[in-house]
Amino acid sequence: MGKMINNLRPILLIEDDTTDIITVKRSFDDLKIKNPLVCVTGGKEALEYLQDKKNIKPCVILLDLIMPEMNGLEFLRIVKSDDVLKTIPVVALTVSQQQQDKIESFELGVAGYIIKPPDYESFVKAIGTINMYWTFSELPNLI
Amino acid sequence: MMKNLKPILLVEDDSVDAMTVKRALKELNVTNQLVHSIDGEQALEYLKTDDNKKPCVILLDLNMPKMNGIEFLQAIKKDEKLKKTPVVVLTTSKEENDVTTSFRFSVAGYMVKPVDYKKFVEAIRAINMYWTLSELPNGD
Repeated sequence: MGKMINNLRPILLIEDDTTDIITVKRSFDDLKIKNPLVCVTGGKEALEYLQDKKNIKPCVILLDLIMPEMNGLEFLRIVKSDDVLKTIPVVALTVSQQQQDKIESFELGVAGYIIKPPDYESFVKAIGTINMYWTFSELPNLI
Repeated sequence: MMKNLKPILLVEDDSVDAMTVKRALKELNVTNQLVHSIDGEQALEYLKTDDNKKPCVILLDLNMPKMNGIEFLQAIKKDEKLKKTPVVVLTTSKEENDVTTSFRFSVAGYMVKPVDYKKFVEAIRAINMYWTLSELPNGD
Protein backbone atom coordinates (compact mmCIF):
# COMPACT_ATOMS: atom_id res chain seq x y z
CA MET A 1 0.00 0.00 0.00
CA GLY A 2 1.16 3.50 -0.68
CA LYS A 3 4.07 3.24 -3.13
CA MET A 4 6.03 1.53 -0.45
CA ILE A 5 7.91 -0.82 -2.70
CA ASN A 6 11.28 0.61 -1.70
CA ASN A 7 10.19 1.51 1.73
CA LEU A 8 7.61 -0.89 3.11
CA ARG A 9 6.19 1.20 5.88
CA PRO A 10 3.66 -0.55 8.07
CA ILE A 11 -0.07 -0.11 8.05
CA LEU A 12 -1.48 0.48 11.50
CA LEU A 13 -4.74 -1.30 12.24
CA ILE A 14 -6.63 -0.09 15.30
CA GLU A 15 -9.26 -2.70 16.05
CA ASP A 16 -10.53 -4.31 19.23
CA ASP A 17 -12.41 -7.19 17.61
CA THR A 18 -10.22 -10.28 17.24
CA THR A 19 -12.27 -11.72 14.38
CA ASP A 20 -11.99 -8.49 12.41
CA ILE A 21 -8.23 -8.38 13.00
CA ILE A 22 -7.92 -11.89 11.58
CA THR A 23 -10.10 -10.94 8.61
CA VAL A 24 -7.93 -7.92 7.77
CA LYS A 25 -4.79 -10.05 8.13
CA ARG A 26 -6.20 -12.73 5.84
CA SER A 27 -7.22 -10.13 3.27
CA PHE A 28 -3.69 -8.72 3.29
CA ASP A 29 -2.30 -12.21 2.69
CA ASP A 30 -4.79 -12.96 -0.07
CA LEU A 31 -4.04 -9.65 -1.79
CA LYS A 32 -0.30 -10.12 -1.29
CA ILE A 33 0.06 -6.73 0.36
CA LYS A 34 3.63 -6.67 1.57
CA ASN A 35 3.47 -3.86 4.10
CA PRO A 36 3.69 -5.17 7.65
CA LEU A 37 0.37 -4.93 9.45
CA VAL A 38 0.74 -3.58 12.97
CA CYS A 39 -2.34 -4.34 15.06
CA VAL A 40 -3.29 -2.51 18.23
CA THR A 41 -6.53 -3.01 20.09
CA GLY A 42 -7.36 0.56 21.10
CA GLY A 43 -6.72 4.27 20.63
CA LYS A 44 -4.38 4.46 23.62
CA GLU A 45 -2.11 1.68 22.38
CA ALA A 46 -2.15 3.28 18.94
CA LEU A 47 -0.99 6.62 20.33
CA GLU A 48 1.74 4.89 22.30
CA TYR A 49 2.88 3.15 19.13
CA LEU A 50 2.84 6.38 17.13
CA GLN A 51 4.66 8.39 19.78
CA ASP A 52 7.41 5.84 20.30
CA LYS A 53 10.31 7.08 18.17
CA LYS A 54 11.67 3.56 17.78
CA ASN A 55 8.65 2.61 15.66
CA ILE A 56 8.42 3.34 11.96
CA LYS A 57 5.48 5.64 11.28
CA PRO A 58 2.71 3.90 9.34
CA CYS A 59 1.85 5.00 5.79
CA VAL A 60 -1.88 4.62 6.46
CA ILE A 61 -4.00 4.03 9.56
CA LEU A 62 -7.10 1.82 9.45
CA LEU A 63 -9.34 2.84 12.31
CA ASP A 64 -12.29 1.12 13.92
CA LEU A 65 -14.63 3.59 15.61
CA ILE A 66 -16.38 1.60 18.29
CA MET A 67 -13.80 0.60 20.90
CA PRO A 68 -13.71 0.67 24.69
CA GLU A 69 -11.55 3.18 26.56
CA MET A 70 -10.47 5.54 23.78
CA ASN A 71 -12.77 5.22 20.80
CA GLY A 72 -11.97 6.04 17.17
CA LEU A 73 -13.25 9.60 17.16
CA GLU A 74 -11.35 10.45 20.34
CA PHE A 75 -8.22 8.99 18.78
CA LEU A 76 -8.77 11.01 15.59
CA ARG A 77 -9.18 14.22 17.54
CA ILE A 78 -5.81 13.69 19.25
CA VAL A 79 -3.94 12.61 16.12
CA LYS A 80 -5.29 15.52 14.10
CA SER A 81 -4.11 18.01 16.70
CA ASP A 82 -0.54 16.66 16.53
CA ASP A 83 1.56 18.53 13.98
CA VAL A 84 3.47 15.49 12.76
CA LEU A 85 0.92 12.70 13.15
CA LYS A 86 -1.89 14.68 11.51
CA THR A 87 -0.36 14.13 8.07
CA ILE A 88 -0.89 10.34 8.20
CA PRO A 89 -4.07 9.44 6.30
CA VAL A 90 -6.64 7.73 8.52
CA VAL A 91 -9.30 5.52 6.97
CA ALA A 92 -12.27 4.62 9.16
CA LEU A 93 -13.18 0.92 8.91
CA THR A 94 -16.26 0.37 10.99
CA VAL A 95 -19.71 -1.16 11.30
CA SER A 96 -21.22 2.19 12.27
CA GLN A 97 -23.72 3.53 9.75
CA GLN A 98 -24.56 6.45 12.04
CA GLN A 99 -24.76 9.69 10.12
CA GLN A 100 -23.26 11.51 13.08
CA ASP A 101 -20.18 9.27 13.06
CA LYS A 102 -19.66 9.88 9.35
CA ILE A 103 -19.98 13.64 9.66
CA GLU A 104 -17.73 13.87 12.69
CA SER A 105 -15.11 11.64 11.10
CA PHE A 106 -14.95 13.79 7.99
CA GLU A 107 -14.94 16.98 10.03
CA LEU A 108 -11.91 15.60 11.83
CA GLY A 109 -10.27 14.85 8.49
CA VAL A 110 -10.57 11.13 7.77
CA ALA A 111 -9.45 10.12 4.30
CA GLY A 112 -12.26 7.61 3.77
CA TYR A 113 -15.04 5.93 5.72
CA ILE A 114 -15.55 2.28 4.86
CA ILE A 115 -18.33 0.14 6.30
CA LYS A 116 -16.98 -3.34 7.07
CA PRO A 117 -18.57 -5.68 4.56
CA PRO A 118 -20.32 -8.59 6.28
CA ASP A 119 -18.96 -11.37 4.05
CA TYR A 120 -15.33 -12.23 3.46
CA GLU A 121 -15.37 -11.85 -0.32
CA SER A 122 -16.62 -8.26 -0.16
CA PHE A 123 -14.21 -7.57 2.67
CA VAL A 124 -11.25 -8.58 0.51
CA LYS A 125 -12.61 -6.43 -2.32
CA ALA A 126 -12.85 -3.44 0.00
CA ILE A 127 -9.29 -3.89 1.24
CA GLY A 128 -8.22 -4.32 -2.39
CA THR A 129 -9.79 -0.98 -3.32
CA ILE A 130 -8.21 0.75 -0.32
CA ASN A 131 -4.86 -0.73 -1.30
CA MET A 132 -5.16 0.34 -4.94
CA TYR A 133 -6.15 3.89 -4.02
CA TRP A 134 -3.33 4.40 -1.53
CA THR A 135 -0.86 2.85 -3.93
CA PHE A 136 -1.78 5.53 -6.48
CA SER A 137 -1.60 8.26 -3.88
CA GLU A 138 1.58 9.96 -2.76
CA LEU A 139 2.16 9.92 0.96
CA PRO A 140 4.02 12.23 3.30
CA ASN A 141 7.50 11.00 4.04
CA LEU A 142 7.50 10.73 7.80
CA ILE A 143 10.56 9.75 9.74
CA MET B 1 -18.90 8.34 -8.77
CA MET B 2 -19.82 7.72 -5.32
CA LYS B 3 -22.81 6.55 -3.42
CA ASN B 4 -24.81 9.66 -4.14
CA LEU B 5 -25.23 11.62 -7.28
CA LYS B 6 -23.93 14.91 -6.02
CA PRO B 7 -21.59 16.65 -8.42
CA ILE B 8 -17.83 16.29 -8.42
CA LEU B 9 -16.07 19.64 -8.22
CA LEU B 10 -12.94 19.85 -10.34
CA VAL B 11 -10.67 22.79 -9.57
CA GLU B 12 -8.26 22.99 -12.50
CA ASP B 13 -6.89 25.87 -14.57
CA ASP B 14 -5.54 23.76 -17.42
CA SER B 15 -8.27 23.21 -19.99
CA VAL B 16 -6.58 20.16 -21.50
CA ASP B 17 -6.38 18.47 -18.10
CA ALA B 18 -10.01 19.37 -17.39
CA MET B 19 -11.01 17.78 -20.67
CA THR B 20 -8.99 14.66 -19.86
CA VAL B 21 -10.77 14.28 -16.52
CA LYS B 22 -14.12 14.72 -18.26
CA ARG B 23 -13.25 12.09 -20.86
CA ALA B 24 -11.98 9.64 -18.26
CA LEU B 25 -15.15 9.98 -16.16
CA LYS B 26 -17.27 9.41 -19.24
CA GLU B 27 -15.25 6.38 -20.23
CA LEU B 28 -15.76 4.94 -16.74
CA ASN B 29 -19.50 5.64 -16.92
CA VAL B 30 -19.38 7.94 -13.94
CA THR B 31 -22.70 9.75 -14.05
CA ASN B 32 -22.13 12.43 -11.43
CA GLN B 33 -22.19 15.90 -12.89
CA LEU B 34 -18.73 17.46 -13.19
CA VAL B 35 -18.60 21.08 -12.06
CA HIS B 36 -15.46 22.80 -13.25
CA SER B 37 -13.86 25.83 -11.59
CA ILE B 38 -10.67 27.28 -13.01
CA ASP B 39 -9.11 28.34 -9.72
CA GLY B 40 -9.56 28.34 -5.97
CA GLU B 41 -11.39 31.63 -5.95
CA GLN B 42 -14.04 30.44 -8.38
CA ALA B 43 -14.37 27.13 -6.53
CA LEU B 44 -14.93 28.92 -3.21
CA GLU B 45 -17.55 31.11 -4.82
CA TYR B 46 -19.31 28.00 -6.11
CA LEU B 47 -19.17 26.31 -2.69
CA LYS B 48 -20.41 29.38 -0.85
CA THR B 49 -23.42 29.96 -3.09
CA ASP B 50 -26.34 28.32 -1.29
CA ASP B 51 -28.23 27.46 -4.47
CA ASN B 52 -25.41 25.29 -5.78
CA LYS B 53 -25.38 21.59 -5.03
CA LYS B 54 -22.56 20.70 -2.66
CA PRO B 55 -20.08 18.29 -4.24
CA CYS B 56 -19.47 14.78 -2.91
CA VAL B 57 -15.75 15.08 -3.63
CA ILE B 58 -13.40 17.86 -4.74
CA LEU B 59 -10.58 17.11 -7.20
CA LEU B 60 -7.98 19.82 -6.70
CA ASP B 61 -5.08 20.97 -8.83
CA LEU B 62 -2.33 22.76 -6.90
CA ASN B 63 -0.62 25.07 -9.35
CA MET B 64 -3.16 27.67 -10.33
CA PRO B 65 -3.14 31.45 -10.67
CA LYS B 66 -5.07 33.71 -8.29
CA MET B 67 -5.85 31.29 -5.47
CA ASN B 68 -3.76 28.13 -5.68
CA GLY B 69 -4.65 24.70 -4.33
CA ILE B 70 -2.96 25.04 -0.94
CA GLU B 71 -4.59 28.43 -0.36
CA PHE B 72 -7.93 26.92 -1.32
CA LEU B 73 -7.40 24.04 1.12
CA GLN B 74 -6.52 26.48 3.85
CA ALA B 75 -9.76 28.38 3.22
CA ILE B 76 -12.15 25.43 3.14
CA LYS B 77 -10.63 23.57 6.08
CA LYS B 78 -11.32 26.66 8.18
CA ASP B 79 -14.97 26.66 7.18
CA GLU B 80 -17.19 24.58 9.49
CA LYS B 81 -19.58 23.62 6.69
CA LEU B 82 -17.08 22.97 3.93
CA LYS B 83 -14.27 21.27 5.85
CA LYS B 84 -15.91 17.85 5.80
CA THR B 85 -15.96 17.51 2.01
CA PRO B 86 -13.17 15.12 0.97
CA VAL B 87 -10.53 16.80 -1.19
CA VAL B 88 -8.32 14.73 -3.49
CA VAL B 89 -5.28 16.50 -4.91
CA LEU B 90 -4.71 15.86 -8.62
CA THR B 91 -1.54 17.59 -9.70
CA THR B 92 1.72 17.38 -11.61
CA SER B 93 3.67 18.45 -8.53
CA LYS B 94 5.74 15.71 -6.92
CA GLU B 95 7.35 18.20 -4.54
CA GLU B 96 7.64 16.64 -1.14
CA ASN B 97 6.70 19.96 0.37
CA ASP B 98 3.40 20.04 -1.53
CA VAL B 99 2.61 16.47 -0.46
CA THR B 100 3.30 17.17 3.21
CA THR B 101 1.47 20.50 3.24
CA SER B 102 -1.55 18.95 1.54
CA PHE B 103 -1.73 16.12 4.08
CA ARG B 104 -1.31 18.62 6.88
CA PHE B 105 -4.63 19.99 5.64
CA SER B 106 -6.08 16.46 5.74
CA VAL B 107 -6.45 15.86 2.03
CA ALA B 108 -8.01 12.48 1.31
CA GLY B 109 -5.48 11.48 -1.34
CA TYR B 110 -2.73 12.99 -3.48
CA MET B 111 -2.52 11.76 -7.05
CA VAL B 112 0.19 12.80 -9.47
CA LYS B 113 -1.41 13.22 -12.89
CA PRO B 114 -0.16 10.44 -15.12
CA VAL B 115 1.10 11.77 -18.45
CA ASP B 116 -0.22 8.79 -20.37
CA TYR B 117 -4.00 8.83 -20.97
CA LYS B 118 -4.52 5.15 -20.19
CA LYS B 119 -2.80 5.57 -16.84
CA PHE B 120 -4.81 8.71 -16.24
CA VAL B 121 -8.01 6.69 -16.64
CA GLU B 122 -6.62 4.09 -14.20
CA ALA B 123 -6.01 6.82 -11.62
CA ILE B 124 -9.54 8.16 -12.04
CA ARG B 125 -10.84 4.59 -11.83
CA ALA B 126 -9.08 4.12 -8.48
CA ILE B 127 -10.52 7.40 -7.22
CA ASN B 128 -13.99 6.43 -8.42
CA MET B 129 -13.86 2.95 -6.87
CA TYR B 130 -12.57 4.22 -3.57
CA TRP B 131 -15.16 6.99 -3.24
CA THR B 132 -17.91 4.61 -4.29
CA LEU B 133 -16.86 2.25 -1.50
CA SER B 134 -16.49 5.05 1.04
CA GLU B 135 -19.37 6.64 2.85
CA LEU B 136 -19.63 10.39 2.51
CA PRO B 137 -20.72 13.10 4.89
CA ASN B 138 -24.16 13.87 3.54
CA GLY B 139 -25.23 16.25 6.23
CA ASP B 140 -25.72 19.40 4.14
